[in-house]
Amino acid sequence: MIPTYPIELSVNGRRRRVDVAAHHSLLDILRDDLELTGTKECCLVGECGACTVILDGRTVDSCLVLAVEADGAEITTVEGLAAAGQVSPLQQAFLDRGAVQCGFCIPGQLISAHVLLAGNPHPTVGEIQESLAGNLCRCGCYEQITDAVLATAEEAER
Amino acid sequence: MHAFAYARPTTLAEAVALLEVHGPEARLLAGGTDLVVRLRDGTARPSVVIDVKRIAELRPAIRQVGGHLVISAGTVMTDVMEDEQVRRHFPALVEAAEVVGSVQIRNRATLAGNICNASPAADTAPPLLVYGAEVVAHGAAGTRRIGLDEFFVRSGETTLEPGELLTAIELPLPARRMGAAHVRRTRRRGHDLASVTLCCGVDEAGVTRIAYGSVGPRPVRAIDESGTLADSAAPADAKAAVFERMFAAASPSPRSMRASPEYRLAMLRVLGARALATAIERLAGRERP
Repeated sequence: MIPTYPIELSVNGRRRRVDVAAHHSLLDILRDDLELTGTKECCLVGECGACTVILDGRTVDSCLVLAVEADGAEITTVEGLAAAGQVSPLQQAFLDRGAVQCGFCIPGQLISAHVLLAGNPHPTVGEIQESLAGNLCRCGCYEQITDAVLATAEEAER
Repeated sequence: MHAFAYARPTTLAEAVALLEVHGPEARLLAGGTDLVVRLRDGTARPSVVIDVKRIAELRPAIRQVGGHLVISAGTVMTDVMEDEQVRRHFPALVEAAEVVGSVQIRNRATLAGNICNASPAADTAPPLLVYGAEVVAHGAAGTRRIGLDEFFVRSGETTLEPGELLTAIELPLPARRMGAAHVRRTRRRGHDLASVTLCCGVDEAGVTRIAYGSVGPRPVRAIDESGTLADSAAPADAKAAVFERMFAAASPSPRSMRASPEYRLAMLRVLGARALATAIERLAGRERP
């Protein structure tokens, strides 16, 4: 019998209680227990960034965080970016600029870009590239993704 | 991942007691950016994982205590990069922390974990060696300080005793003005491990310290007290001789997939010369450190 640990965390503003095994990752419980499948599982070694979520204000690879470590944490996933069924300006810019091709990396890209813009409303191209370096895109949409982030920053200024 | 138990001590005493009970069956968890990978691929198979992040004494903190800057074991790379005191006194450590992994990794990976993993390629090891860092180890027998040069043994192995954990890294505030630079070589931009990682520091008395990693089983530090490297008027062949002595301990593995020994040894000399030039410029104040 594998022991489980009760944890309580806030996910996209909602309090959740889950019983987790110590060897389950935050990614596992987001997808399998809380059914928030926007966050993607991919490399599982912290290189691709498809599983990026916000943990207490900072982006992390949720595949490298044990669920039990997130006890008491505030988590935001890609599902938390849209409000009242309306995509955020950043999400809309990704769509408008053709930044979404196969779409698999996009939840992670959006989360990283969202945190970047929250702390730095007017990033340079270099700052965008550095901030998103932990999010790989196999479709090679880096130009369009960078454009979308720049466009969001410019739009916010108007 | 295989199943394991999880413990979350809130005091150092509790953590030490857990280490005593579980011995080699236990692994300490800080940021998890190395350990969780190893738990998943099965190269680490502890029966219990001890999460140190809720230990009061290890909470992220960078404080000046006496003549030292003390970085607690829970401090992550992002904290190190953003801290004003680190930026002012130890800029080459900031440069090294900035190239560790990605934003996501730096938000999670601790400076202490980078050191305790004792990877020969650890980017923060060279600046910490140049700046004369000591680690604070705590165990049942009490607390002791270990000079970082006496801490590394080989990849994955340190002089921490069984039952001890690292609680902080201490950096002596420089008594003399120093210019320093961290440089590295990787196969690709982004979060690749270094093929060569190197830091050079030159102080106003003309002493040059060079520390380098990813060219042997552990990071190496060498010191030139002759003043030759720091002297821009010294002849090139005299400098080359000093460099050769300082790089003599490099012994890159022929089995590494990242780069051949020949390439690494060649790049070590290139990076050494570049970092020295930058360090001298910074000491002279021509470039803000």
